[in-house]
Amino acid sequence: MHEHDHATRRQFLGFASGVAMLGAVTLRPAEATPAMLATAIRNVVGGAVVRTGRVKLDVPPLVENGNTVPMTVSVASPMTADDHVKSIHVFNEKNPQPNIGNFYLGPRSGRAQISTRIRLADTQKIVAIAQLSDGSFWSAGVDVVVTLAACTEEVL
Amino acid sequence: MRARATIVAALLVAAFAARAAEIPQAERRSGFSFMTSDTQSMQNEDTANPGMLWVLDGEALWNGKAGASGKACADCHGDARASMKGVAARYPAFDQALGRPVNLEQRIDLCRSQHQQATPLAYESRELLALTTFVAQQSRGLAIETGADPQLALFIDRGRALFMQRQGQFNLACANCHDDNWDKRLAGSAITQAHPTGYPEYRLEWQSLGSLQRRLRGCITGVRAQAYDYGAPELVELELYLMSRARGMPIETPAVRP
Amino acid sequence: MASALINVPKRAKAGEIIEIKTLMSHIMETGYRRTATGEVIPRDIITSFACRYNGVEIFRADLFPAIAANPFITFFTVATESGKLDFEWIGDEGFSETASASITVE
Repeated sequence: MHEHDHATRRQFLGFASGVAMLGAVTLRPAEATPAMLATAIRNVVGGAVVRTGRVKLDVPPLVENGNTVPMTVSVASPMTADDHVKSIHVFNEKNPQPNIGNFYLGPRSGRAQISTRIRLADTQKIVAIAQLSDGSFWSAGVDVVVTLAACTEEVL
Repeated sequence: MRARATIVAALLVAAFAARAAEIPQAERRSGFSFMTSDTQSMQNEDTANPGMLWVLDGEALWNGKAGASGKACADCHGDARASMKGVAARYPAFDQALGRPVNLEQRIDLCRSQHQQATPLAYESRELLALTTFVAQQSRGLAIETGADPQLALFIDRGRALFMQRQGQFNLACANCHDDNWDKRLAGSAITQAHPTGYPEYRLEWQSLGSLQRRLRGCITGVRAQAYDYGAPELVELELYLMSRARGMPIETPAVRP
Repeated sequence: MASALINVPKRAKAGEIIEIKTLMSHIMETGYRRTATGEVIPRDIITSFACRYNGVEIFRADLFPAIAANPFITFFTVATESGKLDFEWIGDEGFSETASASITVE
């Protein structure tokens, strides 16, 4: 009797969460999936190996408002003609689109560091990938918690 | 010292027994102090503060000719840095002709129609926001003086009554959050004391600059009450009360807030 | 009424690494929002930003809807010679804005 109840409840919960997921997909705009993120990264790096390190991704771990999140990406590099950062590509996991921005540097940059303000639709992971002049790719990722504003106004 | 404090406390309690406790002077804090350091630095640096974009636009409007008069604000008021200094710090102010208080946006529109023979700018239009922010920014750093005029006393009382009255489906008064529960959190956001020290301000939530009336309408909608229209006397009275409640605090326009 | 705020040091020593900060007025409409009646508000964003130092491009960026409204972009460059820094923003709906700043390099 006990076992039967247990099985029925698990089935019910499985069914309910499936229905809920279906509801969520139709109610919300398209979300980037991990697969889209992987594809977007592959578009930049091709088949090359992406190593972790050298890139520092600075985003507040808990943001005040997902509409405007300050972000700084810096890469340890001498930025000489022979050894410099060519570009920095920033991606996200759960916005409708996986790309955030691409930034192109060079030996004239002096320092491989950019700042901007980004939008984050939900709590998610951000990835920054740097391409160096020797063709190598380096990355860093951070998890950001996004809360929503308490009292949202009607559309004016 | 303790005896005097007790007497003062007793008087305060007696005076405000019927209403929520107003924030003691010594405990007043600007909304700035409730923000993270990232958002604070956004406000502090003029070239990083998005509100300054509206100040730039406002300066251009100040110097541009308008209306049938062909006059610019600058033609009568000269350099705003001098002539507008201190103005925002004492608004809303009493308008003799109308016999009631007007806010800075309304004053600018009155000037436009009466002295420039130009059509008034729409509430919350980019132009009106830009001009208002430009004028208010000239008072940045100055202490708020709003409400000293005795003719405003009646309207300040009305504004206070609006601040204290419960409204909407949530049956909440402004005071319930902003007098009684500031520094606690509402769904992850800090509840501030609601001092309008930096309006018009850039709100991250709006991703734009907006007026105090826009914020008030948003709050009133937030408690599921019907918001007053822009320019309604109730909103001006609320603005007047809030500014007089913030007397002594420095103007921060253009502020940045979450 | 688009306006830009640029922060470039007025003077620098030759070889000094300077930080440049830019802020451009733009709504950066994502293309994912809907009106009260349910229609999609079309995308309207700045898609690219570039900086030229005496005509030579020293920085470029591709922007996507995930960049917040009124894009704020900062980057670094080596102060090589006196002259002009030109900034250009290009986007949807034919958006095209420029700004410039001078620098004296000793």
